[in-house]
Order: sequence, then structure tokens, then C-alpha cells
Amino acid sequence: MAEKDTSTEGYLVRARELVAHLEAGNVERADTLLETLSGMRESTLFQELGRLTRTLHEALTSFQMDSRLGRLAEQDIPDAHDRLRYVVAKTEEAAHRTLKAVEDSIPLAKRLEQRAVAHQQQWEKFLRREMDIQEFRSLTHSLREFLAAVIADSTNLSRNLSDVLMAQEYQDLTGQVINRVIRVVQEVETSLVDMIRVVGLRAHSGERSTGAEAKTRLEGPQIDPKKPDVVANQDDVDTLLSSLGF
Amino acid sequence: MKILVVDDFSTMRRIIKGLLHELGYNNIEEADDGNTALPMLRANSYDFLITDWNMPGMTGLDLLKNVRADGKLAKLPILMVTAEAKREQIVEAAQAGVNGYVVKPFTANTLKEKMDKIFERLASVAQG
Repeated sequence: MAEKDTSTEGYLVRARELVAHLEAGNVERADTLLETLSGMRESTLFQELGRLTRTLHEALTSFQMDSRLGRLAEQDIPDAHDRLRYVVAKTEEAAHRTLKAVEDSIPLAKRLEQRAVAHQQQWEKFLRREMDIQEFRSLTHSLREFLAAVIADSTNLSRNLSDVLMAQEYQDLTGQVINRVIRVVQEVETSLVDMIRVVGLRAHSGERSTGAEAKTRLEGPQIDPKKPDVVANQDDVDTLLSSLGF
Repeated sequence: MKILVVDDFSTMRRIIKGLLHELGYNNIEEADDGNTALPMLRANSYDFLITDWNMPGMTGLDLLKNVRADGKLAKLPILMVTAEAKREQIVEAAQAGVNGYVVKPFTANTLKEKMDKIFERLASVAQG
């Protein structure tokens, strides 16, 4: 419709018409045209208003998203760092506690074994009636000491074993912390995907990394041993190395 | 037999040290990455090097390459004990001149087996 034509050309055509009608003294026609012109002005205004409202809405939405990202960047990520450091500290502490208990226990177990073997040999000698009374007397003393030592050493062994048991509590604590960090990571992922969607970029999943990057990157422990480029166990390593002449 | 154990995790060094003690090796020193290990290797004489791969500073692979490039150290037997388990990485380590490769997690038996095998090979090379 001609009335909705808000281009400069539209205004110009009507303005010329208006001047022509006024010069001709056709006041009624001139009035109608003026109304049409002001109507056109209003519709432009509404369109502009609509555009502004939309921009404002988008700005508000993206502001909300920015504040979510802001919170993630300022609070949650540093918090996740602290939590992961806690996991490293806790697991290290538990490992050292376990190692200490085991290191303390190994000599105890060895000593018990050695003394038991020595006494067994003596006892066999006695059963074969190859032992004189002097030797037997010293064996009874030594057995008495040995039994006392067995009690003391096995008490220590039990204590060390329960310490190993207690040290495993880290699994519960660190498991909870790691789960929280996983949630933060998921939130970051969602926010980034949202942002990418708003910005209008497409995520090309196939372009994650180039071959050169993948080659030099160290990956640490493999979580999925079924991946084709990964060895599943030491036997695989040995097979691969022997195929290389090792 | 003097052995240098290089790993950035003190617990892993402690475990390897404990296993080596069990195997009868008592002269063991530790370093936490290649940058610490290399000067130690150059200043002292070690008979065996056990190294992790993924470490901050200098990685085990770079340490391996540096040792092989150093005239005095070039023949030092090196066992890599690492969580890196990609085929191409094992090939890369082999090409860089590693003597053995153990993937974590590993057992005391595996460590013993690999060390014995390396010494056997070195002995046969020395004789041949």
C-alpha cells in the first residue's frame, strides 16, 4: 500500500502532491495528505520503537548470560582450582600415610618370618631328638621371647593395617569434590555453547584439534583402554616394542 | 648399582623406591623432573635411570633425548615408567632410544622383569 511506503521517495511524492494541492487551493485533499504523512511518521516511529525494544531485550538477555559467565570466571573456576588442589593434597597425604604404614610393616613381617623359620628348625631338631639339654633350655628361653615378640609385632601390624584402612577415606572426600568440579565444568560448557549460539558461530566438532597438536600433547592416564590408538596393558606395550626389535 | 628415579609425584617416587628396595637395590636417588635430573646425571655417575614422561619443566622424553645426546651419558640404560599409553608415544620413546617402557599402573613383577631384561641385553651386547 502507498500509505505504508515510508521511504524517502514515498515522502517526496506525497510532499510534491501536497504542494500541488495547496497551490491549486484544494485544501481538503491537502488535509487528507497531511494526515497520511503524519500516519507514515507514526508507523516509522513504531518500527523504530520495536527495534529498540528488541535490542534492549537482547542486551538484557546477554547481560544475564554474561553475569553467569562472570560468576563462573570469578568464583566457580578459582573455587574449582582450590577444590582440585585439595584433591591433590588429600590423595598425596593418603598415599604417604599408606606407604608409611606399609613400609613400617614390611620389616615387622620379615622379622617374624625369619624368627619363626629359625625356631621351626630348632623345634624340628628337638623332635628328631638331636638336641641336648643345654640347647633345649636355651630354646625354651628363646621361644618365650619369640612369642612375646610375635604378640608385640602383630599388634603393630594390626595397627598399621587399620591405618591403611583409614587412609582410604580420601576416596569419599575427593570423590565428592571432583563431582562438584565436574558440575562446574558442565556449566561452563553450557554457557559457552549458549554464547556461541548467540554469537552465531557454529561449533565444528570435527575441528577439535589438528594432528600436529595431538601428537605432541601428553594425555596422562588413559581412561578408556579400548581406544584404538592406545595400548590396553603392559602386554600390548611388550608386543609393540618387540615388533620394533626390542 | 646406583639408580636415579625421576617422577614429579613424590608418592610414585616412594613406591618405585620401595619396589627397588625389595628387588635389592639400595642406592637410589630422586629427582622431580628432567631439569633437576640432568645436572644430577652429569655430576654423578649413575648406572640406571627410571623416568616418568609427563612432568613439568623438562619431560621424560626430553630428558631421554638429552641423555642420548650427551657423549658421557649416552649409554646410560633408561626405563620409562609412565601413564602415557598411546602407541605412537611408545614408538616415539623407542625411536629416542629408551631401553624399556612400563605403563602405569604397574606391578612389582613388571618392574623387575623389565629391569632384568635390560641388564640381560646389555650383558649380551657387552659380550657380543
